[in-house]
Amino acid sequence: MNADLSLWIEVPVAILLVLSGVFTLLGATGLLRMKDYFQRMHPPALASTIGAWCVALASIICFSALKSGPVVHAWLIPVLLAITVPVTTLLLARAALFRKRMAGDDVPAEVSSRRTESGR
Amino acid sequence: MNRLFPAPWLSLALWILWLTLNLSVSPGNLLLGAALGFAAPLMMRKLRPKRAHIRRPGTIVRLFFLVGRDVIMSNLIVARGVLRAGRRPPNSCFIKVPLDLRDAHGLAALAMICTVVPGTVWSELALDRSVLLLHVWDLDDEAQFIEHFKSTYERPLMEIFE
Repeated sequence: MNADLSLWIEVPVAILLVLSGVFTLLGATGLLRMKDYFQRMHPPALASTIGAWCVALASIICFSALKSGPVVHAWLIPVLLAITVPVTTLLLARAALFRKRMAGDDVPAEVSSRRTESGR
Repeated sequence: MNRLFPAPWLSLALWILWLTLNLSVSPGNLLLGAALGFAAPLMMRKLRPKRAHIRRPGTIVRLFFLVGRDVIMSNLIVARGVLRAGRRPPNSCFIKVPLDLRDAHGLAALAMICTVVPGTVWSELALDRSVLLLHVWDLDDEAQFIEHFKSTYERPLMEIFE
């Protein structure tokens, strides 16, 4: 980090970066440790939410201090993540449900009332 | 006006997005961003069957902070669950949430909220939009969860979009 940053900026930036790393690592660990497919969909969200938020906030603080003015465009990253991540998550969840129903696994039947006669 | 700018707020948002990404308000960027804001909604018009009606900015701001708080809490719960997974596996399960929200844009926003909160995964929406199948990371009390879900996310979204 640049030498002309004061300690009051360096410390929170460092804490935020470490926090982000810890949460992203936990998300990856969860993906490895969990056994059930749907359980494994939850931990990676740690990286795309609080992990990304902490880095964005650290970047805003750091570059605002370096350029001695607000540099806030990093907040666009969490916003764009929040808009795009649901597309893949929904697709994965729907595909997994479809496959598991086809395979006769223990997942809830379709919630649309049109098909109640096939309910398990 | 409506034909040229089918979604004026989207045009404005795209223009601001362009200027923010480039960190510049030079005439060239002002023009390029304006062209993007003008052209993109026109090209996308066929994909948007219905106009979104957004009201109550105060509710939007409140919902934004409520979701932010829930995301942080849920992050901590999932992180703790991962750490303790060996000794106490989380009580993950599917639940069915009856929905009163019918507006397509409101449901899209609800899907975003469900995905952003790590503890929930939006799994399936009934064809008539009356029931939502949700996968929950660690469920204590189903009735309490549904009540929280409906009062915190669904009701504000109904106020905003319906």
